[in-house]
Amino acid sequence: MSNNRSTIPIGPYHPLQEEPEFWKLIVEGETVVDVDVRIGYNHRGIEKISESKSFDQSLFIVERICGICSSSHPIACAQAIEDICDIEVPERALYIRTITQELERIHSHMLWLGLAGHFIGYNTVFMWAWKYREPICDIMETITGNRQNYAMHKAGGVRRDIEKEDVPYILTKLDEFLKQLDMLKGAILDDPVLHVRLKGIGVLTREAAIEYSALGPTARASGVDIDVRRDHPYGAYSKLKWNVITQKEGDVFAKTVVRILEMFESAGIVRQCLDRMPEGPIDSKPKDIPPGEGIGVIEAPRGECFHYIKSDGTNSPVRHKVRAPTYMNFPTFRETVIGQTISDATIIMAAIDPCYCCTERMAIVDTNDKELLKAEDLIRLSQEKTRKIKEGFGIR
Amino acid sequence: MTIDNILKNINDRFGDRVLKTEKKSSRRAYLDIYPKDIVDMARYIFKDLGLRFNIASAVDDFDRIEILYHFSYDPSGVIISVRAILNDRDNPCIDTITHVTKAAWWIEREMHELFGVKFEGNEDLRRLLLPDDWPNGVYPMRKSFVVPKRDSRRA
Repeated sequence: MSNNRSTIPIGPYHPLQEEPEFWKLIVEGETVVDVDVRIGYNHRGIEKISESKSFDQSLFIVERICGICSSSHPIACAQAIEDICDIEVPERALYIRTITQELERIHSHMLWLGLAGHFIGYNTVFMWAWKYREPICDIMETITGNRQNYAMHKAGGVRRDIEKEDVPYILTKLDEFLKQLDMLKGAILDDPVLHVRLKGIGVLTREAAIEYSALGPTARASGVDIDVRRDHPYGAYSKLKWNVITQKEGDVFAKTVVRILEMFESAGIVRQCLDRMPEGPIDSKPKDIPPGEGIGVIEAPRGECFHYIKSDGTNSPVRHKVRAPTYMNFPTFRETVIGQTISDATIIMAAIDPCYCCTERMAIVDTNDKELLKAEDLIRLSQEKTRKIKEGFGIR
Repeated sequence: MTIDNILKNINDRFGDRVLKTEKKSSRRAYLDIYPKDIVDMARYIFKDLGLRFNIASAVDDFDRIEILYHFSYDPSGVIISVRAILNDRDNPCIDTITHVTKAAWWIEREMHELFGVKFEGNEDLRRLLLPDDWPNGVYPMRKSFVVPKRDSRRA
């Protein structure tokens, strides 16, 4: 049957994605039979650079690993350093870390929701989600001074305090966001077209999720009940009331549900933190980093973010290993994409939130009839399928 | 299982094949083993005890290369790091654990290209991060690799 096989190269560059990746889909007709991925186009050698910087500087370096997770990486790195030298972090700092973490989760999930909407032809969802994400970025700016790259965290505490007079503004904005999220949740989860479009595609079974050690919403949508916030308590999470959201199905719809419901939990966490935050210092000002090893884990929006640091007692780390959650979620593709149609491949790729699905420079290189499929075509195919389902429902 | 139970289970099963057990805190422990025992150890920890594979990380310690395999037990929030020490720095070699967990697929490719560690039994050691025109036998994460300075006159 090899005659009927075509290769679809996707990537490595696309304006939508934050990171370039290169996909090779092997297809037979409409069905994907094999996948291969090539990454590294964005490899900046941050682990190597970190070895030549001081511990304080590494926090700024890791903040720039990802444009979305600019709170997750520094906290994980700070926790690894704190693990080496056993520093106690002041309670108020733990609450502030928790607040930035949850705000980051909300805006990351909103960003994903918008792009996922676009890929299946729901451009209204795209416009809404990105617009409603704005109040969260405004809150971030109020707390840290920046919408992204907060420079907020350091080993032993945080750099800036949350001012009392800012709290009412933060709560107003949060309320504004929640009202819109509630509407968005209804619009998405009660839409019969989306149920047909997203259910049962790209299923990651529970066994496969464990086998690949999948993380975060990707694992939780497959019924694997893990969440670093609860399992490896850090920040103020153990003192707050919130739920870990899980689903059983493992398909794209389940992943969407997990992310949407998680945003409500996150908003609840932020509110509780603002309510209960104790007064006090925000920085324990550690002096020297002794020789030793430390591990910091935190729950980033996409799953567990892992930092391992080895120190020899000097000013800079001997080794600084960074493992972002997508690194583990990515290879689950082999389970989810194979056997699906090309029109579903886009949304399945997007479903793990791989710092975005890449569809640029795509061409079906078919030796037989020289058919060419461009980037837009892949999105168009996906959108067309949604339109057909809509027509079946009598919606135009 | 608490951290003590996990360490006891491992030590009971492997006896003196565990060279050193260091319980660093109530949530972190480091075990030193011989490289030849890594597959048995990984299988026992991942399959039998049901720990999750976090990641592996190679460390260039100037005179030797260490590979740490991190496993976490989520119900009690414990991370166990298994350290295999490769003394032959010119030709570091260890068995692959991709047959135990598919989660190690990418990280072994990464350690192979960045540290020059050979994983016996892993057929897929293609490049993952480095570009295709990167010279063979140059391992950028080794301490001996110095990042070339950019010539400011030619900027």
